[in-house]
Amino acid sequence: MRRRAQKKLAVWKFASCDGCQLSLLDCEDELLTLARRIKFANFMEASSAVVRGPYDLSIVEGSITTPSDAERILDVRRRSKFLVTIGACATSGGIQALRNFADVKEFISIVYARPEYIETLTKSTGIADHVHVDYELRGCPVNKHQLLEVIVAFLVGRRPNIPAESVCVQCKERGTTCISVAQGVPCMGPVTQSGCGAICPAYGRGCYGCFGPKEKANVDALVADWRLHKSVSEDQTRRLLHTFNAWAEPFRSAGSSPGVEHIGKDLRD
Amino acid sequence: MSSASDLVGSCFRVSSDVLGLLIRALKDDGYMTIGPRKVAESIQLEVIDSVDDLPRGWGDQQDAGSYRLVRRSDSAYFGYNLGADSWKKWLDPRRKLLWRAKRDGESWEAEQSQMQVPRMAFIGVRACELAAIKVQLRVREVTQAHSSSPDAQSSTLSAEAPAGVPEEPFLVGINCSQAAATCFCSSMHTGPAFGSGCDLVLTEVINDDNHNFLIQIRTKRGAIISSKLPLLPSIEDDLAHIDRQIARVSDSQSRQLNISNPAEFFSRRLEHSHWDDVATRCLSCANCTLVCPTCFCSTVEDTTDVKNAVAERWLRWDSCFHLDFSFIHGGSVRSSTRSRYRQWLTHKLGTWHEQFGSSGCVGCGRCIAWCPVGIDLTAEVKSLSQPTQ
Repeated sequence: MRRRAQKKLAVWKFASCDGCQLSLLDCEDELLTLARRIKFANFMEASSAVVRGPYDLSIVEGSITTPSDAERILDVRRRSKFLVTIGACATSGGIQALRNFADVKEFISIVYARPEYIETLTKSTGIADHVHVDYELRGCPVNKHQLLEVIVAFLVGRRPNIPAESVCVQCKERGTTCISVAQGVPCMGPVTQSGCGAICPAYGRGCYGCFGPKEKANVDALVADWRLHKSVSEDQTRRLLHTFNAWAEPFRSAGSSPGVEHIGKDLRD
Repeated sequence: MSSASDLVGSCFRVSSDVLGLLIRALKDDGYMTIGPRKVAESIQLEVIDSVDDLPRGWGDQQDAGSYRLVRRSDSAYFGYNLGADSWKKWLDPRRKLLWRAKRDGESWEAEQSQMQVPRMAFIGVRACELAAIKVQLRVREVTQAHSSSPDAQSSTLSAEAPAGVPEEPFLVGINCSQAAATCFCSSMHTGPAFGSGCDLVLTEVINDDNHNFLIQIRTKRGAIISSKLPLLPSIEDDLAHIDRQIARVSDSQSRQLNISNPAEFFSRRLEHSHWDDVATRCLSCANCTLVCPTCFCSTVEDTTDVKNAVAERWLRWDSCFHLDFSFIHGGSVRSSTRSRYRQWLTHKLGTWHEQFGSSGCVGCGRCIAWCPVGIDLTAEVKSLSQPTQ
C-alpha cells in the first residue's frame, strides 16, 4: 500500500493570548496519532522547524489589530488551501474588541510612555472581515475535542459535528437544572452557541457567552426578560454582553445601547 | 391465601413505611428503580435505592419561566410538582450508539450496537406523564411501521435501531395532591385522574399524625409485587378521598387549552400575525422541546476517530427549533424563528392528531415553566384565536 502524501498543517497567530492553539498541544493523548496523519508543518508553539507552504490546512488564531497583521493575513490566505479560524479573537475580534467601542488614541496615551511607537488599528476585527474563511470554530478558548473534530473531519473530507445550537442543549444533556428558571440567575446560555459542555451553569454561574451568539440569537428578548424578571440593570446588561465576543452581532448592538462611554473610564479615573 | 391476580382492581391502605418495602420488592425482582430525587435546585428523575433518596418535604412553586423549590410544612414524599425531567430521558436516551464500524486493513466491519437496556421501574409517575409515555409508545409504533416499509429511506437509522427499546417499564403512579400554576392536564383530558396503564397507583394521605398511602392495584404484575407488602384493607371513604382529591386538583387548574378542531384551527391561522409576535420573544433555544415529555425528534451524527480506524453512528435528541433540523439540499426550510415556533406548535397541537391519533401535548406545563422567557403556549393559542392584526 502506497502512502498518500501527508497533508500539511500550519498554525498562525495574530492578536491573541495563545490559549486556543494551546488547546491543540493540550490534545496530549491524541497528538502523536494526529501527527502521523497530518504534518505539523508550521506550528511555532510546538516546534521551530518550519516546512514551507503552501499548506493544506491553516488554523488561524487571533484578531487583526495592526496594519501589518492586516497585510500578513492576506499572505496566510494565499498560502492556505483551507483556512479555519479558532477562537473568539479570530471569529469576532475577541476581548480586545472592547476598544472598538472607545477611542484607541486615548488608551494609547494612558498606557504607553511613548505613544508614538504604537501603530495600531482603531478596531480589532475577526479574520473573516479580511479574507475568506472556510470554517469558524468558536470558543474562548476553543474546546479541544471540537478542535480535534474539525481536523479529523477535514482529513476524511466530512462535515464536522459542531452543532450551532444553544448552550441550553448541553445543560439539558448533562442534567443541569436551568439556573435561569430555577434560581433567577441571568444567563447567556439561550443566546450562546454550545460547544464548551455548558460548564458554568453546572457550577451555578450564568453562561458568559464565550462561544459567541448562536444562530438567530434573540438577544433583545433575553435582555427584556433580564430587565423585567431578574432586575438586571442596563450597566449589568452591557457587562454581560460585552466580553469575549463583544463585537459579534447581535451581542454588539444589544450591549451598546445606551452607549459605552464608561469603557476606558476606569483606566482614566 | 388468594392468588395475586385476585388483587387486581382492589385498593389497599398501607403505612408510609411500606414505600421502602415497595422499592425493595421491585429491586429484588430485578428492576432498576427510578424516581424523584432532589438534585441541585430541582426534582430530577434518577436511580433511587431507597426512600431516603426521595425528596421528602420538598415542594415547588412554578409559573411561566420560573421554578423554585420550597420546603413544605409536611413531610410528603410526593409533594412536589413536575421538574424539567420527564421519563423520556429513560425511555429515549439523549444519546444512543446505533452502530460502530472498525477498520480491518482496507475494509470495514460494522457491528450493531448491543446496548443492554435494564428492566426499569418508574416510581412517582403522574397522570399526565402516563399519558405522555403512551404518546411516546404510539409514536414509536408509527415511526417503526413507517421505517420498516421498503421505500423508507431511513430504515437503517432511527426506528430500527436495536438499542434502547426497553421492555415496558413497571409503572408506579402517584395521584397529584395539588396542581402547579403551570398545569393544564384537566383541559387536555390526560389527568389528574389516571387513564389505564399503570401497574400501581398510589395516593399519599397525610392527616395529623398519620402518614399513609392508598394503593390501587391495576395489573397482574402490580398485584404480584403488592402481595409482598403488608396490605391493610381500605375503608369505604378511601376511594371517595381519592375522587375528592382528583376533583380538587382539577378545579384548581387555572390554565386551559381548548381547541375543538385542532387541524382546522391551525390550518386557518398559518399566516396569523401573532406568529410574528411570538417570534420577537422566542429565543429558539430549544428548552421547550427538551423538557417536553413527548417531543421525539432526533438527529444522526457520524463520527470518525483520530486514527481513522473506528466510525460510529449516534442518535441524539434534536429540536425543530434548530436551524440544522430543517436543513435539506440548498439550505434550511425553516430559517426564521417564526417558522420554527409555528412548526412546533402546529405539530404538537394540530397535525400530531393526524399523524399519531392524539394531541402531542399532555398539559404538563413543563414548556411554560422551563422557557427562559416564560412563553406560555396556552396564552399563545388564545392570542391565535383572536383575529389577525
